[in-house]
Order: sequence, then structure tokens, then C-alpha cells
Amino acid sequence: MTISIRSVEKTFGRYPALNGVSLEIADGELLALLGPSGSGKTTLLRVIAGLEFPEKGQILYGDQDMTYTSAAARRVGFVFQQYALFRHMTVAKNVAFGLDVRKGQAKPSKSEITARVDELLKLVELGELGKRYPAQLSGGQRQRVALARALAVNPSVLLLDEPFGALDATVRKSLRKELRRIHDATGVTTIFVTHDQEEALELADRVAILNKGAIEQVGAPHEVHDNPVGAFVCGFVGESNRFEGAVKGGRFQSADIALPAPGVTDGAAVAFVRPHELVVAPADQSNLNIVTERIAPQGAVVRVDGATASGQRIEAAFARQNAGDLQPGAKLSLAADRSYVFSA
Amino acid sequence: MGVTLTILSLIVLIPLSAVALKASEQTFPEFLQAAFNERALTAYRLSFGAAFIAAIINGVFGVLTAWALIRYQFPFKSLVNGIIDLPFALPTAVAGIALATLYAPNGWIGALFAPAGIKIAYTPLGVVIALTFIGLPFVVRTLEPVMRDLAADVEEAAASLGANRFDTILRVILPALGPAWLTGIALAFARAVGEYGSVIFIAGNMPYKSEIAPLLITIELEQYDYAGAATIAVVMLAVSFLMLFVINAIQAWARRLGQ
Amino acid sequence: MSRLRHPTEDPVWAKVVILTLVGLFLVCVLILPLITVFFEATRKGLPAALEAIQNEDARAAIKLTLITAAITVPFNVVFGLCASWAIAKYEFPLKPFLITLIDLPFSVSPVVAGLIYVLVFGAQGWFGPWLLDHDIKIIFAVPGIVLATIFVTFPFVARELIPLMQEQGVDEEEAAVSMGASGLRTFWSVTAPNVRWGLLYGVLLCNARAMGEFGAVSVVSGHIRGLTNTMPLHVEILYNEYDFVGAFAVAALLCLLAIVTLVLKALLELVQPQSRPGRH
Repeated sequence: MTISIRSVEKTFGRYPALNGVSLEIADGELLALLGPSGSGKTTLLRVIAGLEFPEKGQILYGDQDMTYTSAAARRVGFVFQQYALFRHMTVAKNVAFGLDVRKGQAKPSKSEITARVDELLKLVELGELGKRYPAQLSGGQRQRVALARALAVNPSVLLLDEPFGALDATVRKSLRKELRRIHDATGVTTIFVTHDQEEALELADRVAILNKGAIEQVGAPHEVHDNPVGAFVCGFVGESNRFEGAVKGGRFQSADIALPAPGVTDGAAVAFVRPHELVVAPADQSNLNIVTERIAPQGAVVRVDGATASGQRIEAAFARQNAGDLQPGAKLSLAADRSYVFSA
Repeated sequence: MGVTLTILSLIVLIPLSAVALKASEQTFPEFLQAAFNERALTAYRLSFGAAFIAAIINGVFGVLTAWALIRYQFPFKSLVNGIIDLPFALPTAVAGIALATLYAPNGWIGALFAPAGIKIAYTPLGVVIALTFIGLPFVVRTLEPVMRDLAADVEEAAASLGANRFDTILRVILPALGPAWLTGIALAFARAVGEYGSVIFIAGNMPYKSEIAPLLITIELEQYDYAGAATIAVVMLAVSFLMLFVINAIQAWARRLGQ
Repeated sequence: MSRLRHPTEDPVWAKVVILTLVGLFLVCVLILPLITVFFEATRKGLPAALEAIQNEDARAAIKLTLITAAITVPFNVVFGLCASWAIAKYEFPLKPFLITLIDLPFSVSPVVAGLIYVLVFGAQGWFGPWLLDHDIKIIFAVPGIVLATIFVTFPFVARELIPLMQEQGVDEEEAAVSMGASGLRTFWSVTAPNVRWGLLYGVLLCNARAMGEFGAVSVVSGHIRGLTNTMPLHVEILYNEYDFVGAFAVAALLCLLAIVTLVLKALLELVQPQSRPGRH
């Protein structure tokens, strides 16, 4: 099912949560809504689900206008951060709930429901746990139950609100892979909300980055990382050193740091340099001269913290084999392979 | 430690065993006669029956009241919230004479029913009213914290799975409240069974008709039939212990469900 | 704003029905009885009501009620502190039994509570003959009233304190002791501040019940006017003598006590906003 969001506006009291958001999600796509807290990403997800209603704009499922259809009638699968399982029901009853509450003709027979529940529990690898109660499960298992429950209704779209937020790091990683596998197996259009860029970049086909109730950029993970359209996306996605300064005649200057800024109009600007796009360079070709403070080898890379003469803090990351012999307190000349400059 | 146990023994344990000992001064057939004669049986029936009905009434209105207090906004809400505890704070005798006056055939509410031939005060109906008053806070106050903890996302989950509001309430919200609800009803029942002060003014106190079990104890005491009084007390104590056991069992069940 | 209801919100008709039912219920069962008391008390004018609470018998009843509360409440505070301390800080066999025992008076009929003291201290009771020989009167006298009141009220303070002390655990006290504080000092500087609001809450409810107890006291008092009549018993006597203004005037005084109790209780819950299950 394709989902179309057209110029949606939503306010909570005086506070604008969504500011004219438009977004098209293709059938079978796995899309991440990424943004800091308060960016409106969860509100957007809830508007798509029918748990909130917008003041303006439209939500379309396929070509059907769903803007003011109740959540119960939309047939969405919604997975909550805190699982929201029915704790007085067994795992199997939880999964069956969406089929069990259907009325009349739409309600599948008992055996059909049992078969569907078994199939789903197998899909989320909880085949043996149908008779347990949620209180007897681990966090990761509970979220799998929530996922199976959401999928049971054959949803037109699967919506997940920070689905891994309440889990610890290792469980989060394995469940992330699991979600990708289940998505590929079912082919259901899936939208998930996260504030964790690593999660969004690893899992999603496309990432929509939200800030202050508006979408800043939509694109494949590598696009938003490599070609950010603005200062916010550049600072939010991936690691970066951020400098504030001004552009004059195609050159960015901030104290003792100078970077090329072709095509950027003159005036106040911000510049970003990613740590792994800094290289050691001869003094005459360098943009940045720093004194190193901390050298931290981390797996395949070496992280270097330092500061320029004017006190700008710089972080760099080199591949281990290119790093040479680095010492804290030494002078180091660096050149930026790439830099990003945006008018402020 | 030692102080605690000594005081407990002096004030609770020894006097309680006095009841059992007094009752056991009779032969077993005597005991049965004193415990389960016709008059005593009708008194139990009234005490337990009225307490049960009152507990059910409180179960129904307690859920609605707690729901309104937690979910709705309405004028004088904090005043209403405060007055719920009135039965805890108001002396029972005061409640008794107030209810008796109010529900008497010439009272404000009694007068509304009198033309239809319905008598409330001085009948078992009056006993139910008094016991409803006395048990009112229990269900509301046991439900409130559970309702407050009932996360909105569980209701939203039910809605997103296609359940209408009615299904959500019936199949998701009420079952989640179940253990706390039963606990509240059991507490209201336990309190109502032994209640005396608020009941005797409105009950009518007619033997074989509107006489409650605690009143029977005082009547036998006035006739210096100590063994008879102790016998009925033993029966009431047995019910109290049973209720304590039931309440603990409900709470153990609730804990298993992870509440 | 939105044309549709949020999924966790009830339809308007349901709200109206529920609020109406709840309102009717509370008016019939709580509010009208309360109004009745003040209405009946002032039926013959305020002076008559004031006279009824100022005559000699009423004064004696008020005095006895105050004396009873003045003995019962401090006793229960001391006992409550001892009991909750023992239960929260020490492990010993029979602990669940002890907790049940403390809870017991909540589920025992007040009449049974009175009866047990008659059986122990009454003329035909265990200590009856001995007490008679030594000319000590407990039953049908003030000591019996105090004893019966202590029985029905002693769970209040202990019940309130046990969860507080358990929650607090022993860490803080161990820290204090390890820094060289003495036992009593540890109690005053560490334990007491943590439990004071709970203690006050327990005292408040304990006091309300002590002043208002009827069933237990009625069995042991003997209803001797001017001597063993507490306020609730005085209400009963006047009512049974068809002195309704007098009965309701004293009742109104007790109502005011209840209202003050509720207001203080609400204030305490503001200070210490914890959810309190209705176990009173």
C-alpha cells in the first residue's frame, strides 16, 4: 500500500507539532522517520495511524482518503515503544486479539485464527511461548509479541514508534536485523520512528529527517549522509566538527580555520567537516593545524582529539594503518577531503 | 520486637482466644444450637446478603466513580474526590441517624418512594443503603491507582487492532482492572459484614426480619448470655478470617499478572 | 478541534451518562446525609442546637471522647512505630502472622471487638472476680472504652508506616550508624523525617476513628450518662429519646470533625502525593 501525506498540519495547543508535512511512501518500502525529540516524528506516525487527527492536510492510503477515519477502521499495525501488551492475556491471545474482535463475516473461524497465530509466532521466533503471559517474557520477547500482534491483522501499513527504545543495546541490534527480515518476508509497507541515526541508516530503505515539525530531507541512507541539503541534516546525521563563521568570495573563514565554499553566498555561515574525511597533510596544503590532546585507537580507527591555536575543538578519525605514530601534545596538520558549508 | 509482640498478644490475641474459649464452654450440640438457630440464621442471611448486595452496588458505582475521577474533567472535582473518603472519617452513628432520617418515609428521599409503597428505612433495603455508604470508598480507592497506571497506549493498541470503544472497555480495560476491582469489592464486603453503628438506626431491628448479626451479639450480651454472644462472634470471626484469606489470594493473583 | 474523537476518549453521551449516575449516587449516599445532619440540627434554630451541645451531659460526652482520643492516639503512635520498625528492619519467623494480626481489627466487627473485652474483664469474665475484689472497674467504665478504642484503631498508624519503612530499607540507617550515630539519634535524624508525613496521616485517621467509634465502645460502656458516654453514644441516646435536635447537634459536631479530617487528609496528600489504596 502506498501512503501519501499531503501538507499535514497539527498543533497541540499553541505548539505546532507538524508544519505542513508532505511525504510519499512507496508500496513495500521500509521508511525511517528520524529526528530529535520534539521534531514531530511521533506525531506524524500517530497521524498516519489515526491516533491523532490533523487540522489541515490529507492522509491517503493508496488513493483512499483516510484523514478522518478512526484508527480502528484503518487496519494499521502499530507497535508501541513500551510494547502495550494486554497483560491479562496470554501471548497467543494477544496476537489473536485483532482477529478476535472482528464482527460477523469478517471474523475468521477459530481454527483459522489459531493457524494464523501459530504462523506469526513462528515468524517472530516465539513458537513455544504462546501460553505464557507478557509478565513472564523478556523485553525483546515482548516486542516480538507486539510485532506479531500488529502483523496479525494483515495491516496495510506497519507503524513502529521507537520500537527498540526500551531495549538494551545487544537486544536492540539483533531485533533490528529481525525487523528487516520480517519486513522482507511480509513485504508490508513499514514506517518506523527513531531518534537513533545508526538505527535509521542501517535498517531503512529511505530516511525522512524531521526538525521542528517539518521534513528537512528524504533520501536513501547514503544520500542523506553524503549529500545533506542543509546545516541541520549535516549536523544531525553522521559525526561532524561544526564551525561558525562567514563566507566571503567563495571561502569560509572561522578564526584560524579556512575552508573552500564554492557557490555559497557571502555572509554568516556554518561549516561541517566529518572526522573521517580529515587526513594528515603537509603544512602548506592543510586547512587545520591542531595540537593533539588525546589519541584513542578504537578497533579499525584511531580517534584524535585536539584544538587549533584559536581554541576550536577538532575531532578526527584515521584508518589505523594510515595513522602513523601519533603522540598527544604534538602538532598535526590536517586537510579536509570534503567540507560542507551552508549559509546561516 | 518484644514490645510489639507483647502488646499484640495482650490486646488482640488473648482477648480473641477468650471468645473461642467462651464458646467452647458449651457442648457441641449447644454450640450448634446457639450458632445456627433460626433467629441467628436469619441474622446472618441479612448481614451477609445485604453486605454482598452493597458490595456489588459499590463495585458498579465504584468503577464509574473512579473512572470519572481519573478520566473526566468536571466542576468541583477535587471536592468530590475529597468527599469519597467521608465514610472513613464520619462516625458510624452519625451516618446511621442521618441515613435513617433521610430514607424514612417522611425523609427527603424516603418520601419519594413512599407513595409507591416502597419502604426503605427500617427494612432490609435500609440495611443495604447503610452498608453501601460504609463500603463506598474501598472500591474507588483500590481502583484509582490501577486506573491511573493503565497506560493510554494499551487502549490505543486495541483501537489500532480494530476494536471499537465498547470492545476495548470490555476486553482490555475491565479485565486489567479485575484483580483490583475484586479486592475493593472484597474489602467493602468484609467491612460491611461486621458493621454495626450505621446499620442499627436504619435497620428496624425486628427479630427474624431486620436484625443483623452484630446486633444479635449485643442483645445476647444484654441478656447475660455470654456463651451465646461468643458463639455468634466465633462465626463472624471465621468469616472475617475467610475474607482476609480471599483478599490475600486475590492480591497474589494480581501480582502474578504483573500488577 | 479535530472532527473525530481520540481513540482513548469516551463518546460524549457515555460521559454524560456516567457523570449523571455517579453524581446521583454520591448525592444520595454521601452528600444528602451530610446535609441532613446540619439541617436537622438547626431545625429549631441555631440557639437550640448550640444549647444541645453545651448542656452538662453533652459536655461530659465531649470530654470523655477527648480523653479517649488523648490516650489512644499516643499509644498507637508508639505501638505503630515499634511494630513497623520491627517488621521492616528485622527478619524473624512468624512475620506474616504478625502483619495479619496487626490488620485483623480492620476486619473484625466492632461489636466483636467490644465483646472480647467483656469476656476478659467483665463481671463473669476471666479477670472479673479478681477485679471485683480489688474494686477495679474496666467494663462499663472508662478503661474499657479506651481498651476497645485502642483495639479498633491500632492498625491505622502501623499500616501507614510499615510500607514507608520497608521502602526506605536499612541502607540509610546503616550509613548513619556506620558514621557513628547512636540508635536513638539515627532514629530522630534519619528515620523520623522520612516517615513523618505517613505518621501524621496515620494519626489523623486514627484520631477520627477513635473519636467516632461506636460499636465496640457501645458494648463496653454501659451507657451511663455523664460518666461513660462518648459523643457517638450520646448521639444514640438522644436519638432514641426522640431528642432529634440534640442528637443531630452533637452529630453535627462530629461531622465537623470528619470534615476537618478530610481537609487535613487532602492537604497531606498534596504534601506527599502517593497513591494510597483504600485500606482503612
